[in-house]
Amino acid sequence: MTSVADLRVGARATVLRIEGVDEVSLRLMEMGLTPGVDVALLGVAPLGDPLELEVRGYRLSLRKKEAARVEVNLVTNDK
Amino acid sequence: MTASLAAPPKPLTVALVGNPNTGKSTLFSRLAGVRQRVGNYPGVTVEKKLGQAEFHGQRFTLVDLPGTYSLAPRSPDEMVAVDVLLGRCDSGSGLRGDVPPIDVVLCIVDASNLERNFYLLSQVLELGLPTVVALNMVDVAKGKGLTLDLKKLAERLPAKFVPVQANKGVGVSELKQALAAAASKPPVPVPSPFPEKFVSEVEALHQRAGCNGHPRLPRYLVERLLLDTTGYLAAAGLPGISRELLQEVPAARERLAAAGLAVPAVEALARYQWASQVLSGIVARPAHKPVTLSDRIDRVLTHRVWGTLVFVLLMLLLFQAVYFVPDMSGANWLLEKLMALAASAVRAIVPAGALQSLLTTGVIGGVGGVVVFLPQILTLFFFIALLEDCGYMARAAYLMDKLMSRIGLSGKSFIPLLSSFACAVPGIMATRVIENRRDRLVTILVAPLMSCSARLPVYTLLIAAFVPNLTIGAGWFALPWLHGLVMFAMYSIGIVTGIAAAWIFKKTLFRGSTPPFVMELPSYKLPDVRVVLHRMLEQGWAFLSRAGTLIVAVSIVVWGLAYWPHDRSQISPVLFDKQANLQAQIEAAPEDQRKALKVNLATVENQIAGQYLQHSFLGRAGKLIEPAVKPLGWDWRIGCAAIASFPAREVVVATLGVIYNLGDEQDETSDDLKQTLKDATWDGTNRPVFTLPVALSVMVFFALCAQCSSTLVIMRRETGSWRWPAFTFAYMTTLAYLGALATYKIGTWLSG
Repeated sequence: MTSVADLRVGARATVLRIEGVDEVSLRLMEMGLTPGVDVALLGVAPLGDPLELEVRGYRLSLRKKEAARVEVNLVTNDK
Repeated sequence: MTASLAAPPKPLTVALVGNPNTGKSTLFSRLAGVRQRVGNYPGVTVEKKLGQAEFHGQRFTLVDLPGTYSLAPRSPDEMVAVDVLLGRCDSGSGLRGDVPPIDVVLCIVDASNLERNFYLLSQVLELGLPTVVALNMVDVAKGKGLTLDLKKLAERLPAKFVPVQANKGVGVSELKQALAAAASKPPVPVPSPFPEKFVSEVEALHQRAGCNGHPRLPRYLVERLLLDTTGYLAAAGLPGISRELLQEVPAARERLAAAGLAVPAVEALARYQWASQVLSGIVARPAHKPVTLSDRIDRVLTHRVWGTLVFVLLMLLLFQAVYFVPDMSGANWLLEKLMALAASAVRAIVPAGALQSLLTTGVIGGVGGVVVFLPQILTLFFFIALLEDCGYMARAAYLMDKLMSRIGLSGKSFIPLLSSFACAVPGIMATRVIENRRDRLVTILVAPLMSCSARLPVYTLLIAAFVPNLTIGAGWFALPWLHGLVMFAMYSIGIVTGIAAAWIFKKTLFRGSTPPFVMELPSYKLPDVRVVLHRMLEQGWAFLSRAGTLIVAVSIVVWGLAYWPHDRSQISPVLFDKQANLQAQIEAAPEDQRKALKVNLATVENQIAGQYLQHSFLGRAGKLIEPAVKPLGWDWRIGCAAIASFPAREVVVATLGVIYNLGDEQDETSDDLKQTLKDATWDGTNRPVFTLPVALSVMVFFALCAQCSSTLVIMRRETGSWRWPAFTFAYMTTLAYLGALATYKIGTWLSG
C-alpha cells in the first residue's frame, strides 16, 4: 500500500482512498483529495516535514502524518 | 436604473463568504470603504466585521464572514458562519441581535482555482439564499494560461457571476448592482449535488427534526448532522436535534454505506463531481502547463538552502524593524516629546495638586503608555500584511512547521511568537492567522513570556549596577562577556519557559487531537500598497479604539493608589520647613546663586514625593506584601515598585526613582539611580538591599511576570473573555515568583 507520504519528490499518483472519518480526513477531502484525483509531490520542507503537493491545480501543504492517510496508486516517478 | 429605484428602502444584508486567500477582505474594504465596525461574536474568538455600502440609493449592510474552505462546522468558531447565514437566533449566542437575517450571499471565488472554490460554492447554493459570485483574480488565472467561458458558466448556474479585481477596485459597482438585483428576485433552487438516495435520507431526517414541538432545524443543518462524523453537531445541543433524531442517524449512514454512498466521503465526492461537471468545457487548460514566475519563485523560497537563508534574513529584518523602526524613525521620540509638551502645558494651566498629578501622571502617562505601542504595531503589521499579501506568509508557516510541531503547535505560531520578542501586544494580535482555536490560545498564552523590549530597561539598569563587568583579554582587546551573558540568560529563561508552558498547555488545558496542518500555499503576487496600508492602519486603529481606553483607565487607577491618601501629616514636618525655607531663599537670592538652591529644592521635593509614596495605598501595599517578597530577597520598596509596574514593566525604573527620593524622571542609564540602588539598605540596618542574587531575582521576576496591562487588555480583546488574561496573570506571576525565589536561594547559596 502506497501513501502520499511514501512518494518521491516529482512523483505523480492517483488517490485511491482517504483513511479515517475524523476531522483530519474530512479536511483532506474538503481540500480536494478525493478518490480518483491526481496529485504530484512538488517538494519537502527543509526540516523534512511538511510536504508540498499539487492537487486540482493548486498547491497544498500537509504533514507526513496526514499524508500517510492518503492512499495512492503511483503513476510515475519522473520529474 | 429602474431596478434600483424600485428597490426597498430597507438596507440589504449581504454576507461575504469565500476561501482564504481569495481577496475577500480586500473586496470587503473596497465595498465598505472606511465605514466598518469590528467586534467579536460572543463566546468565540471569531472577529465580527460589519460594513456599510450604498448603490443608487440602495443601502447594504455587509457582513464579512471568516475565510473558510467549507461550511461544515466542527467547532463553535466554525459554527458562526453557518449561524449567520441561516439567520439563526436560537443558538444562544445572541447573534441575531447584531446581524440581521441575510438577504444575499456574496461568494468570492479565486478564478485561478475554480474547482476547489466551487466546493464551498456548492454548499452556499444549498442554503437557498439569493447568491452572487465574485470572480476574483482573473489576471492570475490568465497568467496560469487558463481561459474561462463566463457566458457558458452563467447559463449553467442560477447565480450571477461578476468578474472583479478586488485590489484595483475593478467591477465593484457591477457587483453592487448585481447584489441589489439578486435580492429583488426569489432565489432559483439549485438541484442538490448529492445522489438521490442521499437526498431522500436527508429529507426523511428533516421530517423528523421538527417533531415534539421543537422549531424545525434548517434542512442544511440536518444534512450536516448526517455528514458530521466528528460528533460535533450531535453534541452541540442545537434545538431541534432530539435524542430520537440522533438515534436515526447511524441507521441512515448504514443504509447509505450499503448503497455505496459512505459518509463522510460522499460529500467530497458529490461536490467535487458537481464542480467538475459545472466547469467542464468552461475552464480550458493549456496542453503544456507553463512554468509560471510563481512556480520559479517558489522553487527558490522553499529550497533547502536558499529558502532557509531567505527565511532567516526576512525574519531578522522583520524582528529588527519592529525593534528599531519605532526608535530610529523618531516616532518614539516624537511621541515622548508630545507627551512631555502636554504635561508641561497642564502644569502651566492647572495648579499643583491632585488634579495636576492626575492629569500629568495618570492621564497623560496612561495615554503615553498606549500610543507608545502604535509604532511597533504599525511596523509589525506593515510587514505581516506585506508577507501575507504577496503569499509568503503561508511559506513561512510551511518552513517552520516541523520546529513548532515539536511543542504541539504549528508553523503558523512562529511569526506571532517571534514578534512578541519586540512586543507581545502586536504579537498577540498577529495570532489571528491561526485558525485552530486551541493552537491560537496556547500561542496567546505563551507570547508574553518572550522577552519584549519593555524588559530591557529593567535588565539594563540592574545588570549595569550589580553584575561585575568581567572581561576577556586585556587592553584594547578586553571584551566584556558577563553582562552579555546575563542578558542572554534572561532571554533564554523566557524562551525555555515559553516552550515548556506551551507543551504543558497542549497536554493539559488544550488536550485534544492534533489539528490538521492542511494549508493552501497561494500563488505569489506583487503586494498591493493600498491593501497593505489599509491592513496596517486597521490594526493600529483596532488597538487604539478597543484597548486604549482600558489601558488609560488602569494607569489612572494605579496613579490613584500611588497618590492617595496624600496625607500631609504623615510627612516629617522638617521637610516642609526646608522646602519653604529654600523657596524663600530662591526668591531673595541673586540670579547666579539660584541654580544651586534649586538643586537643593529638587532634592527636598523628591524626598517629600518619596515619603508620600511610602504612605500611599501603594506604599502600604508594598509593606503589606513584604513578608511575601522577603524570601525573594526583596524589601518593601522593591515589592512596591513591582506592584506599581502593573501598567507596564518599564514603569518599575521610574517608581524606584521616586521611592529612593530621586524623582520620577530616572531612566535605566541614570548613574544616580545605580548608585542609590547600590547604597540602599534594609530599613534600620546597614545591610545592603541589593546584592547580586537580589538583582538577579528581580530580573528573573520581570522576565517571567505579566506586569503589562496592555498585553492583558489585548488578550481579553482577542479571546473575547477576561478568563484568559486572568489565567495568564496568575500563571505568569506564579512562575515569576518561583523563578525569583529559586534564583535568590541558589544565588545566595553559591555566593556562600
